[in-house]
Amino acid sequence: MRHIPILRLGEVYDSLDRQDVCDHRNETVVAVTSQANPGLIRRDLQRVETARRALQAVPHNDLLDLCGRAADLFESADLPLGNEPQSVDDYIAVLSATSGLPHTLCRANMGKICEVLRQMPEIIAGLTRGLPADIFDAGLATVHGSNMCYCPVADALGVVLPSNSPGVNSLWIPAVAMKIPVVIKPGSEEPWTPWRIIQALIAAGCPAEAFSYYPTSHAGADDIVQACGAAIVFGDRAVAKRYADCPQVNIHGPGHSKVIVDNRQLSRCLEFIDVLVDSVCANGGRSCINASTIVCLGPADELAQALATRLRAIAPRRLDDPQAQLSAFANPLMADYIDAQIEDGLKVPGAVELTAGESPRRCELAGSVFMRPTVVRCDDFTHPLSNREFLFPYVAVVESRRESVLQEIGPSLAVSAITEDPSLIEALVNCPQIDRLNIGGIPTNRVEWDQPHEGNLFEFLYRRRAIQRAG
Amino acid sequence: MAGQAAIQSARVALDAHIRETVAWHFSPDTGTPYWIDWARGAGVDPIAQIQTLDDLIGMFPNFDDSVLRDLPHQRLIPAAYGGKTFCVFETGGTTGMPKQRLSWEDHLLDYTEFSTTLSDEHFPKNSNWLMVGPSGPRRLRLGIEHLANIRGGSCYFVDLDPRWVKRLVSTGQSDQARAYKAHVVDQAVTILKGRDVECLFTTPLLLEAIGERVSPADRGIKGVFCGGTTMTPQMVRFLVEEVLEHRVQFVPTYGNTLMGLACSVPLQPEDNYSVTYYAPQPRAVLRVVKPDDTAQSVDSGEWGRVELTTLTREFFMPRFLERDEAMRRAPCDAFPWDGVGEVRPFESARKKIVEGVY
Repeated sequence: MRHIPILRLGEVYDSLDRQDVCDHRNETVVAVTSQANPGLIRRDLQRVETARRALQAVPHNDLLDLCGRAADLFESADLPLGNEPQSVDDYIAVLSATSGLPHTLCRANMGKICEVLRQMPEIIAGLTRGLPADIFDAGLATVHGSNMCYCPVADALGVVLPSNSPGVNSLWIPAVAMKIPVVIKPGSEEPWTPWRIIQALIAAGCPAEAFSYYPTSHAGADDIVQACGAAIVFGDRAVAKRYADCPQVNIHGPGHSKVIVDNRQLSRCLEFIDVLVDSVCANGGRSCINASTIVCLGPADELAQALATRLRAIAPRRLDDPQAQLSAFANPLMADYIDAQIEDGLKVPGAVELTAGESPRRCELAGSVFMRPTVVRCDDFTHPLSNREFLFPYVAVVESRRESVLQEIGPSLAVSAITEDPSLIEALVNCPQIDRLNIGGIPTNRVEWDQPHEGNLFEFLYRRRAIQRAG
Repeated sequence: MAGQAAIQSARVALDAHIRETVAWHFSPDTGTPYWIDWARGAGVDPIAQIQTLDDLIGMFPNFDDSVLRDLPHQRLIPAAYGGKTFCVFETGGTTGMPKQRLSWEDHLLDYTEFSTTLSDEHFPKNSNWLMVGPSGPRRLRLGIEHLANIRGGSCYFVDLDPRWVKRLVSTGQSDQARAYKAHVVDQAVTILKGRDVECLFTTPLLLEAIGERVSPADRGIKGVFCGGTTMTPQMVRFLVEEVLEHRVQFVPTYGNTLMGLACSVPLQPEDNYSVTYYAPQPRAVLRVVKPDDTAQSVDSGEWGRVELTTLTREFFMPRFLERDEAMRRAPCDAFPWDGVGEVRPFESARKKIVEGVY
């Protein structure tokens, strides 16, 4: 039986409390994870400065180099999983079995993680706006004749991960290159990816002390968030609300990402339909940067129908099918809940489902539960199914007006604006509700990692302070 | 593993105690009005019909704890105790009326008996105690103080209101819960630093938190008597290995106002930190029963719901289903009757339970 232990500042620890990790199709136990009691976590984090010192001893440029080597290892090597080596194929198989992602998306997410590891020099340069490596090695640098001093605001970065998409691990990896240890709580159904990244980085030469890995309860996760001076937390609306007033917590909740299509572009919607399909469906529609609303600044019916035609063609497939695009629900009850929410919403006048057909939205195939892609045409933003986000390719198509659209969209993680109207572009650039702005035919899910994502990780972990030296 | 003779002897003693207790509570001269009326209403004669534990199980359904919430106290006072003042101890009560047990001497007797199980090496005679945990309407405060006193010492106290903690946790006010815990731990650490204390009672989670501030062993603590919430094997291991550094004896117990104290035997390597508790038989009996057929015990090694029967002259409570589940464990030499292992909230493996820090 595969066993994933705890890492206590790099030291392997087998807990007596264990939790099964099951294949979602048949409840077969594919692994057990050691579970960390919260007190153990808090006790470890009292000495987390030792992890920081271990990373501090490694030159920043060496850390960048080893990230590149780690990419190769992550992508192809057998890496330790407990006391056994784990091959890439086994990683893909168990990741798919427990998370519900098809193999295609598992590999795509692997690719995303490798890209981040390989592009670490460019990513760090982007996040620091080109500060020299000295800033991490000595805390000091001279830029354009000015003294710069940055100090870390936290001894460690806490990371509370979800189970729905391995690609989110890309967000914490740069912290290691910035010499900040990471304290990770993996998702209960996806313990695999953070563990494998950590093993790749250690095998590439990174000090093991830099990594703490605690499968644990909600209470344990909360202790990680409280004990680390900075934390990234993934979660739903309730989690986002819980930490809303905590500046040391970077919340990754629902994205409510959108595509805005200018009135003048609507007539050529078939030309950019691929952008819409990718925005809604890439990564199985599970990402916060997947579009959940398409806002048309003019008549929306033609676009909505064209999108529905494309999405209707995306059918559930077996998880190992090379054509698979949809993810299964590791927890079928979640699919039931979502399906019921949509059905309830459709009873409210002002919305029509355009993807409804002979096949039910919720369906089963080869032991997995899927939700078929769904397009709902909503009259306006007041409808309860507009601006909703679900864990599958779901999109509401809503009409709005140029004058009111920026008031109506609300907080939106990613917005792709298909427009050439300079005044709209200017308004979007100045709109504080938008976190990531794509201008033109770029899918919402397209990410360049040198750009900040829900905040700039460097600015989250480091603070510039004034420094002056005598003579 | 206890021998068959010892097990049989304990069972004989238990049955004799049951007969004596039933005779006491159902006799007009000494008995309890509630139970005498119950027998009349049920058309049974417990004194004649109950000779053994099996007879008791056959006659009584699971105890309805609303009796302890709603009934006037007078209905639960045995005639033999009429006119004597009593203590009222509570359990539960986070919302609504708590369960209340009346006590004259039981709470002292339970702790006197428990004292005989403590080692003088780790709980030295004439040493002082610190109790960090719920006092208020619980018997724990008087019990621990009595324990300290009969062992020749005194006891310092730091209070904790578990009902408030549970409310904070269940309403998502984790910041407040954390601040309250820190407030409690601050006071405990102050006593540990400022007074000569060698014995500690606290809950597992508070012990963890105290250990984050000071080393109990370095502060002179030799023994910790611990109870109140679930202790998984991992929690016990963590407390023994890291918080107490193998330098302080750890004595986990399972108990409440309705039962008294169930003791554990010292952990052996083969236990792998899985604690088994043994009821203070014959004054109380613990069974691990099938949740859907509570007359039936589960087999040894199987999980089931914990059922408590309390059998003292002050208090008769047959077959009360605790809110806990446990694994039925075999009798041992020190306690030749069934034990309950790895106690945890009932169905906690399937749903979230708010335990707070108590």
